Amino acid sequence: MNTLQSIYRKDRHIARLVIMMILWLVFMAITRFSKFYSIANFQTIAGKFPEFGLMSLGAMLCMITGGIDLSSVGIANMTSILMALYMRYRAANGAAISGVVIAEVFLIAAAIGFAAGALNGILISKIHIPPILATLGVNQLLTGIALVVTNGKAVSDIPTAFSSAINQKLWKVVPGKRGTMTGLIPVQLLFFIAAAVFVWFLLSRTSYGKKLYLMGTSENVARFSGLKVSRMLIVTYALSGMLAALGGMIMLANYNSARSDYGSVYTLQCILIVVLGGVSPTGGKGKISGVVLSIILLSLLEAGINRFPQISSYYITLIWGAVLLLVMVLNYFVDHPIARKKS
Amino acid sequence: MSEYLLRAVDIVKTFTGVKALQGVSLDIKPGEIHCLAGENGCGKSTLIKVISGVYQPDSGYIEFDGHKYTSITPRESIAMGIQVIYQDFSIFPNLSVMENLAFNTELAAGHKLVNKKRMRQIAEEALAKINFEVELDRLVGTLSVAEKQMVAICRALMFNAKLIIMDEPTTALTKKEVAALFEIILKLKAQGIAILFVSHKLNEVFEISERFTIFRSGQLIATGNTSDLDDRKFTYYMTGREFENVKFKPAFEAEKPVLEVKNLTVPGAFEDVSFELKPGQILGITGLLDSGRTELSLALFGLRKVTGGDILVKGKKVSIQSPRDAITAGIGLVPEDRLSEGLFLPQPISENIVISEIDQLSNALGVVDRKARREEVEKWVSELAIATPNPENACSTLSGGNQQRIVLAKWLACKPDVLILNGPTVGVDIGSKHDIHAILQRLANQGMAVIIISDDLPEVLENCSDLLVMRAGKIVARLDPATADEALVLHHMM
Repeated sequence: MNTLQSIYRKDRHIARLVIMMILWLVFMAITRFSKFYSIANFQTIAGKFPEFGLMSLGAMLCMITGGIDLSSVGIANMTSILMALYMRYRAANGAAISGVVIAEVFLIAAAIGFAAGALNGILISKIHIPPILATLGVNQLLTGIALVVTNGKAVSDIPTAFSSAINQKLWKVVPGKRGTMTGLIPVQLLFFIAAAVFVWFLLSRTSYGKKLYLMGTSENVARFSGLKVSRMLIVTYALSGMLAALGGMIMLANYNSARSDYGSVYTLQCILIVVLGGVSPTGGKGKISGVVLSIILLSLLEAGINRFPQISSYYITLIWGAVLLLVMVLNYFVDHPIARKKS
Repeated sequence: MSEYLLRAVDIVKTFTGVKALQGVSLDIKPGEIHCLAGENGCGKSTLIKVISGVYQPDSGYIEFDGHKYTSITPRESIAMGIQVIYQDFSIFPNLSVMENLAFNTELAAGHKLVNKKRMRQIAEEALAKINFEVELDRLVGTLSVAEKQMVAICRALMFNAKLIIMDEPTTALTKKEVAALFEIILKLKAQGIAILFVSHKLNEVFEISERFTIFRSGQLIATGNTSDLDDRKFTYYMTGREFENVKFKPAFEAEKPVLEVKNLTVPGAFEDVSFELKPGQILGITGLLDSGRTELSLALFGLRKVTGGDILVKGKKVSIQSPRDAITAGIGLVPEDRLSEGLFLPQPISENIVISEIDQLSNALGVVDRKARREEVEKWVSELAIATPNPENACSTLSGGNQQRIVLAKWLACKPDVLILNGPTVGVDIGSKHDIHAILQRLANQGMAVIIISDDLPEVLENCSDLLVMRAGKIVARLDPATADEALVLHHMM
């Protein structure tokens, strides 16, 4: 019990997220065990959440600098539309889309995302536009480009090789039909895990990560300490753009089409996730474990609620709002204990 | 009427197990200027809050004008005639002088509608009490610190104050402004108002107060007439330690200068500034707040755009466009404002120490060598005697003196040839101040070139081997600290 207590004390925020998740899993076990606890259900969840999970990781980096990135969805959609068109072009003469082409597509997408994010960073650090406005502007701009390119229609007829490559499940240990074995791990999840490990490594093991937290605490002190603040901001927003573009590629694979208004709820959802995960909106604070937990928690909540046919899915938004406010209120009372005055 | 206006007797106040005040007493006579001194955390502020009714004492009592109270509320305290002027003055920066002054009276009178004419009259009367002149319609946010303080004093006087408590009123003031404040204090005394002046600056205590009380760690250490107090006793009462004031003498004479500044100009701040600095030297630069001394330090560190002149490091001309360039050239700066420029307060001590050299502690891919980082942190924590149980604690857990050591460690870790310190001991307790001076002298003797920018004259006179005086953006005098005295320096400053 003492070790549990010390774990709780060490990081109350993360402990609360874990407790909430356990409570929810127990609740689902009691009420909808067979429908919720199935491999297929968890596979669906794990194939879906990387879409906004990747974006949230980027949004987290930006929020640690004390900024915000509202352009994730714009970057994701523009990139996925461009890549959909590119793949149609590559397959135009009936050529097969090979693994090499898929790798190429991901690289180009990452580069486009990186460049779009760098634009955010330049607007913020060189022109001194507040992050909320700069990224909102870039989001509108990119969404606009996507609309013009597609006339607002979905880009489909994409070579199926792409979608099926991303949608397959690896590690064939699950018994399937007629004695065959099907895979366990969705490829989308691997993308998310790789990105999460990458961001974790950046934040906790590299000089970039150390600088990022300190810069988020105070840009002025960072400048006085000889940090290249502008370059840090540009790199950070570029990384966020890159992660958003990867999220866009997962969306492209999951829907097998791209459109300028896919996933528009993700914009704010990413911000909610990051704040829920314990990243301070004023910057300088936040752990990747909290953000990953909050991504998973929200996914489990959504998937769980969907198992109750009598509850309209419209309630999901309501519940998320309530969860977010609850966490903020709890945080307030942890930070400002009642009846404890200091001299 | 008793001899004393205010007596606080055997006040005990405990916060969650920590005894902030352990039975302290304070007596103030009507119309006297009384100085309450002590280092940070000695309980000064807590006692003020007990007297002004913000805190209720656990035991002990307060006597005011012959009436005994075991506890008072802020409202009662104001009604009795006690006014506190806090460090932040508690005035509204977004309102005009007139509104700030008339606000309380208007509220108390229950007026629901604003009457400019009536407010103007109230404000004018308030200003007239200390003959303070300021445009009534100016926004308080646009006033200087000293003017804001005057507004706060005027407002305090509107409540028929008998005792005005000033909490470290001189912290952000220039010498001229301090002199003006002292004149006001004497005027108030002439009107029969007692002043409790909270300070830890020795020279101020001697200059203004008639009687003093010194606290240390929540206990009363000494109280009496200021005339019985001297420099040594004061320091001893404050810290419980004896200090030798060591006058700095360079240990060696280097041949070539490490830093040469030639005709450096930053428009609107300073012009045509030239000096040179040899290893082992400590150069003092002093001047009033608007003399350009701070801008000079920023220009040498790449934070102000230089339009003319050259900077040479080790005989080679360098272009310093950013702090990173300055660090590469071997120049470090301990900035003026520790809180907004020097330290990442909520972040760990360790991160603060290594941030400027983090790239040297990382490999080519930017991965931090955690062992090297830990060793570096341990080295500086022990070398500068930073008092912390764990370097992973936040900087905000430390006292001002220890925080300043962290900033110092950050720069020493970069191994600069030239270390510039702007106000190295502002807001630092006496013990740490002596320690920091000793560290700087040691560094110079080890071959570092040091620049101390400060308006603390004893500090520059004692620790520097050369002293430049700036006035209105120009170097007006070059003095030898061995022969110069404060009066001479002041003469050049003003």
